[in-house]
Amino acid sequence: MSNSAGLFSSSLGRKYLMALTGLFLCSFLVIHLIGNVALFTDPVQFNEYTRFMSSNPLIRIMEIVLVVGFLTHIIDAILLTKANKAAQPVKYAMDKKKSTWYSRNMGLTGTIILVFLIIHLQSFWYGYKFGVIEMAEDSSGAAIKDMYTMVLAAFSQWWYAAIYVVGMILLGTHLSHGFQSAFQSMGLRHKKYTPTIQKVGTAFALAMTLGFISFPIYFYIIQL
Amino acid sequence: MKDLFDNIPDGPLADKWTKYKAEAKLVNPSNRRNIDIIVVGTGLAGGAAAASLGEMGFNVKAFCFQDSPRRAHSIAAQGGINAAKNYQNDGDSTYRLFYDTIKGGDYRSREANVYRLAEVSANIIDQCVAQGVPFAREYGGLLDNRSFGGVQVQRTFYAKGQTGQQLLIGAYQALSRQIHKGTVTMYNRHEMMEIVKIDGKARGIIARNLITGAVERHSAHAVVVASGGYGNVFFLSTNAMGSNVTAAWKSYKSGAHFANSCYVQIHPTCIPVTGDHQSKLTLMSESLRNDGRIWVPKKKEDSQAIAKGEKTALDIAEDDRDYYLERRYPAFGNLVPRDVASRAAKERCDAGFGVNKTGQAVFLDFADAIARFGKDGVEARYGNLFQMYEKITAENPYEMPMKIYPAIHYTMGGVWVDYNLQTAVPGLFAAGEANFSDHGANRLGASALMQGLADGYFVLPYTISNYLADDIRTGAISTEHTEFEQAEKNVQDRLDFFMNNKGTKTVDYFHKKLGKVMWEKCGMARNKQGLEEAIVEIKAIRDEFWKDVKIPGVQNSFNQELEKAGRVADFIELGDLMCRDALNREESCGGHFREEHRTEEGEAMRNDDDYAYVAAWKYKGDNETPELHKEDLKFENIELKQRSYK
Amino acid sequence: MNITLKVWRQNGADDKGRIVEYKMSDISPDMSFLEMMDVLNEELITKGDDPVAFDHDCREGICGMCSMYINGEPHGPEDLITTCQLHMRSFKDGDTIYVEPFRAAAFPVIKDLVVDRTAFDAIIQVGGYVSVNTSGNTQDANSLPVPKADADKAFDAATCIGCGACVATCKNSSAMLFTAAKISHLALLPQGKVEAQERALNMVEKMDELGFGNCTNTGDCEVQCPKGISLENIALMNREFLGASLKSEK
Repeated sequence: MSNSAGLFSSSLGRKYLMALTGLFLCSFLVIHLIGNVALFTDPVQFNEYTRFMSSNPLIRIMEIVLVVGFLTHIIDAILLTKANKAAQPVKYAMDKKKSTWYSRNMGLTGTIILVFLIIHLQSFWYGYKFGVIEMAEDSSGAAIKDMYTMVLAAFSQWWYAAIYVVGMILLGTHLSHGFQSAFQSMGLRHKKYTPTIQKVGTAFALAMTLGFISFPIYFYIIQL
Repeated sequence: MKDLFDNIPDGPLADKWTKYKAEAKLVNPSNRRNIDIIVVGTGLAGGAAAASLGEMGFNVKAFCFQDSPRRAHSIAAQGGINAAKNYQNDGDSTYRLFYDTIKGGDYRSREANVYRLAEVSANIIDQCVAQGVPFAREYGGLLDNRSFGGVQVQRTFYAKGQTGQQLLIGAYQALSRQIHKGTVTMYNRHEMMEIVKIDGKARGIIARNLITGAVERHSAHAVVVASGGYGNVFFLSTNAMGSNVTAAWKSYKSGAHFANSCYVQIHPTCIPVTGDHQSKLTLMSESLRNDGRIWVPKKKEDSQAIAKGEKTALDIAEDDRDYYLERRYPAFGNLVPRDVASRAAKERCDAGFGVNKTGQAVFLDFADAIARFGKDGVEARYGNLFQMYEKITAENPYEMPMKIYPAIHYTMGGVWVDYNLQTAVPGLFAAGEANFSDHGANRLGASALMQGLADGYFVLPYTISNYLADDIRTGAISTEHTEFEQAEKNVQDRLDFFMNNKGTKTVDYFHKKLGKVMWEKCGMARNKQGLEEAIVEIKAIRDEFWKDVKIPGVQNSFNQELEKAGRVADFIELGDLMCRDALNREESCGGHFREEHRTEEGEAMRNDDDYAYVAAWKYKGDNETPELHKEDLKFENIELKQRSYK
Repeated sequence: MNITLKVWRQNGADDKGRIVEYKMSDISPDMSFLEMMDVLNEELITKGDDPVAFDHDCREGICGMCSMYINGEPHGPEDLITTCQLHMRSFKDGDTIYVEPFRAAAFPVIKDLVVDRTAFDAIIQVGGYVSVNTSGNTQDANSLPVPKADADKAFDAATCIGCGACVATCKNSSAMLFTAAKISHLALLPQGKVEAQERALNMVEKMDELGFGNCTNTGDCEVQCPKGISLENIALMNREFLGASLKSEK
């Protein structure tokens, strides 16, 4: 086997890939969350932000990169899970693990997050691009797609808001293992710095979860 | 009878090995791959030998009964390995290590072998460090040493309490490298069942595949037996459960001599037996005696109260404690050699002062050490040992003195070999604890690892080449020889017997029974009457065994009871020989203490005039008395002295 | 003590295997777990049944031969010990104890609780050593000082006993902790540094080939390791392998 060509087909190579795509997706989450803060400002600003995000060529390119990142993360996860299942074909009659539930169920949380993602994209990305959408005015008075109202309408339904809450909690558990795990996979571990990385990971997971949850809850409550 | 040739080279002691190496015959590299060598056992001696012979280009077949060569019982050695490096500048030298080893062995070992051992000891450390053995180091990055076993220099290299493990892993790694290169073929989970001799030479073995039960023939131009010691003859010992004498015993039965079998080492600091269910004894490192004080109550009623659980050690006032080692041996105190400390414990317990339910335990007390160094200081020194003790006994040794008792630990006796480590059977070599060669009647601490590696890395490669130089035209040895057929049939018959015997008792039943006789009558102290009784009792056990042993399961499968049956059958025969050897040796020396031979103060008394010889026994047939052959020990460089620790 | 055992019985590799229940009475809390198994086997043999096959040898926690998944954990409920160091006082009177073999595709069952761990040997054979021949002329042991911190870390990694508890407890049956322990042990010492990268490439490749799973960083291996081998070693292996893969000209 050629070592460099084999890098990403080896078990460790796949770990690196999981780690790198995972961290990349984390960076996306940060951007997404910051952008969403516009929802708390005013409808016009948010709608302009949405228009910018869907028309800027650089962002469009990044969108493709993002899709590739997601697909790689998902396909790699499927390959790894398949190999891992095959490595332990017989299960124990009695099994007590001391690790956290979420660290052992990244595949499950990942899958649910994927389902959530599809729902989310269907509602907003697809809805925005191809659906029937009301128009509003931007700051200069020109017509603009009214994403804000769309969000408002979506989160007025309790079950829809609930899907978001559950999805984001699972994302939080996924991140709390995934973030620090990525550093370990890349070999970045140090007695002095690793505890900090772990704390940052937990804080990051918490920030993302609370941040993203705040939108459905806020918009559901104000429309009660 | 005298037919034992030690084959020691001429010349001054210090030059013998150099001269031997210079004159030894060699095998051309291109011929080596056509020569097969079988190595039985993959501990320090066997593993090191197999790896080194493989590196030289011989075609090696290595056998072990464990599931991996890394599990050999060398792994359990704790303390360290001696080497005359003199890194501490305390006056150590090859000669001093040689002298200490001869003296420690109570003047019952061969000068030339021991000198060679001391000479190659330094190479061992170099070799192991080059292999990546993580010895303890000082802050400057250089190797650390400690003193061990009551010698006056710091020459013991160590890796925490896991020196044996680290050295064995080093040898295992070297062996693995050769397996990968194809020079060594590894046979895990295989038991050596018989030596095959053709025209008087060792030419192969019969082995049983322990997974499938298949009986296999393996041929070679030379066979090395490095199968360890026979301490399990006592059933309870610090040996691994699988440690056995079978390979060495088959060597004996095929014509090699079995020497000095009565020399067994009893380690004073083991965790006492708690009941009949006990399968194994656990050693606590000897280093504990550096700071722990050994005592029993002065009053019998206190001992009895402690045994019943009515009192604890803490209830016994200082004045009512008998620090018997300090009392009897003021110069060395708690640091007297292993045999002396062990016998003293037995003496107190036999007199009724033992401090547990079985009456066989003494206290090892760290209260003074804790007062002196603080609990943290003691923890830094012995933390892992204290933890191990607490895990096994559920008692906290920081608060309550440890209870200890001696246990069988190492066997100095073994297959008789000459200077080449070759037995009386040409082409059959024995190395490590399996041979008798270097420790005399008592082994010094941290010398077992040294001997195993010396034999495997630095002695056998020369001596086997020297032997095989005459074999380059022999060609591959066929396993179709009638001798192979016969040997295989013997093995098969024995297996068939076990499987078809409609007995009622398990193998362990006999093993425990044998162990009890051996421990009581051929253990720490022996006497004529006891030994004679033991021989009769062992005969009875043997008869009962062959009549009433019960083996479940089938032969052609994984059958652990069948494995044990073969081993115990050999232990029973060995037990008989040990008693005969102990009976013959009318003196007390090292690990052999005859109650009839002691000074007025009760100390061991050697008889150099009549017994400065190796007692090598030759097998004469199953129901025949073995024949004693004597190899006189010549001391040309050392003056014989009585050991004193007063 | 009275104990109910639920033991995995499997007569050879081809047998399907099943859990069989045994009632044990009069068990002393001072017995080790394996001594309790000895008692069970004595009873089975006397009754004419096949005893339970299990691996064991030194019975002092260093050879790595004993295995067994006891009540859902490799080497049983206590930390930092092997099965042979587990005592019955760790259980309560009336307990039910599950005893199963280590489970992994790479560790096929031989019989009952005995599994074949030669896959570990195979990993070592492709590079878990320093390529040095025996000779009386290797350089003096003290000619190359090793920083104490490195030597200590190498030692900690080298205390691995190759028992396979890490593989057994890992939900993916990954051998990363075992493999990493050897890679770290040797990479941290100057003697082993020379071939560190080649070693990492070869050992990881072999590990993958043998059917061990991947690491998902759950950390169960570290918790269950009887010698407390740290996940730090896996991180070191990850670094070594990455560097080696990028640098390798093959």
